Amino acid sequence: MFDSELALYLKMYTIRRTEETLLSLIGQGRIAGTVHTCLGQEACAAGVVGVLNPARDIVVSNHRNHGHFLAFTDDVEGLVAEVMGRRTGVGKGVGGSQHLHAKNFFSSGVQGGMMPFALGMALAEKVNATGGVTTVMIGDGTFGEGVVYESMNIAAKWEAPLLIAVEANGFAQSTPTDVQHAGDLSSRASTFGIPSTVVDGNDVLAVHEIAASIVDEVRTTQTPRFLLLNTYRLGPHSKGDDERTAAELEAHSGADPLRRSRDRIAIELEEQVALSERAVDDRIEHAVEAAEHAEPWSYGSFLREATGLGEAVE
Amino acid sequence: MTRTYLQSLQQGLGRIMEADPAVHVIGEDIVDPYGGAFKVTKGLSTSYPDRVWSTPISEGSIVGLSAGMACRGVPVIVEIMFGDFVTLCADQVVNHISKFQAMYGAGLEMPLVIRAPMGGGRGYGPTHSQSLERLFFGLPHLQIVAPCQFHDPGKELERALATKKPTLFIEHKLLYPADVGEASSNLSISPPTDASIGAATMVRNFSGTTPDITIVAYGGAALLVQTVLERMVAEEVKVAACFPIDLQLLDMDRVLEECRASRRVLVVEEGWRSFGWGSEVVAVLQEALWHELEAPVRRVGAAPTVIPAAREMEKAMLPSVESIEQALIETLS
Repeated sequence: MFDSELALYLKMYTIRRTEETLLSLIGQGRIAGTVHTCLGQEACAAGVVGVLNPARDIVVSNHRNHGHFLAFTDDVEGLVAEVMGRRTGVGKGVGGSQHLHAKNFFSSGVQGGMMPFALGMALAEKVNATGGVTTVMIGDGTFGEGVVYESMNIAAKWEAPLLIAVEANGFAQSTPTDVQHAGDLSSRASTFGIPSTVVDGNDVLAVHEIAASIVDEVRTTQTPRFLLLNTYRLGPHSKGDDERTAAELEAHSGADPLRRSRDRIAIELEEQVALSERAVDDRIEHAVEAAEHAEPWSYGSFLREATGLGEAVE
Repeated sequence: MTRTYLQSLQQGLGRIMEADPAVHVIGEDIVDPYGGAFKVTKGLSTSYPDRVWSTPISEGSIVGLSAGMACRGVPVIVEIMFGDFVTLCADQVVNHISKFQAMYGAGLEMPLVIRAPMGGGRGYGPTHSQSLERLFFGLPHLQIVAPCQFHDPGKELERALATKKPTLFIEHKLLYPADVGEASSNLSISPPTDASIGAATMVRNFSGTTPDITIVAYGGAALLVQTVLERMVAEEVKVAACFPIDLQLLDMDRVLEECRASRRVLVVEEGWRSFGWGSEVVAVLQEALWHELEAPVRRVGAAPTVIPAAREMEKAMLPSVESIEQALIETLS
């Protein structure tokens, strides 16, 4: 049990340290644009995305997607280079932080906009009888978007093998959830007849266990499921924009999924945990260095290679 | 054998479904016995019950899910019942569908055609008569294909899907009953020699080499232009008309050739005249032919207001044979 939690913990640790590194690079002016980090929400990424099979399952994510991407692909180097705008990045620096694609992973930055796309991919997997499960990750703020409801209705009616996983982190940017949403978020999908489950999204073991069983249900029944993960965004919405008080953040520090998990496994595996953490730290450091020294992009090669549209556009 | 524009589309859909068992057709009210608001899918769900899906009224979601299917090897033709409703899927088209191939890498194939019946002339009023393809002009990585009666719309539909690039396919509602590829003996039709998407079809009301004037138009406006071409025979005005089909690519080679010969040009579209497709055509013409034109290039388009339901008012507000002829005479004088 400690061994299996160690693997989950290290997934979370990789996400946490990679994002902290990205925030620090932003602070140093070494990254253009911004990053939306999932500090505090790593158990959702490791626990839900971690149970999927990258060879046949699909993940569709949003602007706050680094955790999902790393849990699905473990491509620290590709992510760091991408966010740093390098040709060696997973999207050759075109998409940047919030528009990632590698094999069966797709993310984009408009709230709710990827719901129908995910639904369509789920339907295609059903038509093609691949047994693949499509998981769409959204946030509680996304429930303000109409297309989410259109898509839940169709997912239920057409029995799409789709898992809708909601990270309820308490905020839409700066607006608290209870200030903007009427009713109970956990019943948003059950009104369409989609079986729904709520889990403590800060307990990686609980998330992993429930997600495994729900993904299995989606796969075997070929119908949609809804999973609401209660979590808390410990970091800023984007870069350093955060108006919350230190006291408010401190009050939630006990919810930190990394601390909770580490406290549990360190009882038995303290030395192994520390060693593994150092290996992750080294890996991230090397990823930054490699990206830093990657060959620079030219506009002409961007048109040719990234878009395949060179001559038509030039 | 005479076929209407509607029949050409129906036959094209039939060929597509028969040739590729992966293709799906999706849209509101498209299954039999209703067969779609304009009957383009009539009979299709009877022949292919598993692959023709009628949807709830959810344009945003159905267009987005069609893109998702297309990206996973299931080509989709999705129908927007009235083209006016493209606003409801605009986020999907602008921020998602048109971005995916360039953003995620060109290796991503997207065999997706969004069919949208557009245009007025049927008294449907302000929200069911517009030519809203104009909202997407200039949007990179979205093909906009608008066949007129001088094209073969069924074949163009096949061609658009085969490009595996997202395409907005514009069908003017008044074109459905029109015969395709046919014209009176006064007119000669010259389809593009290069059959790739984007090439224009040329129609002339004279024989010989030099036209007096060239008209450039697309889609439903071609019906009006056809009448003008025929009426100008009696007036002994030699008119060459160019009908581009891909509104984004504006492959202007053949168009420029005619315009260079006539030195006088008129551009016609049914959408609002200002900031429209015609404005772009005029810009290209003046860049290429600045010293060769005899007269300013005129644009004919709709007046900048809502499209009235009342027949006479709608007729006055949209381009008409009369308004095109008026502009033509002014450009010639």
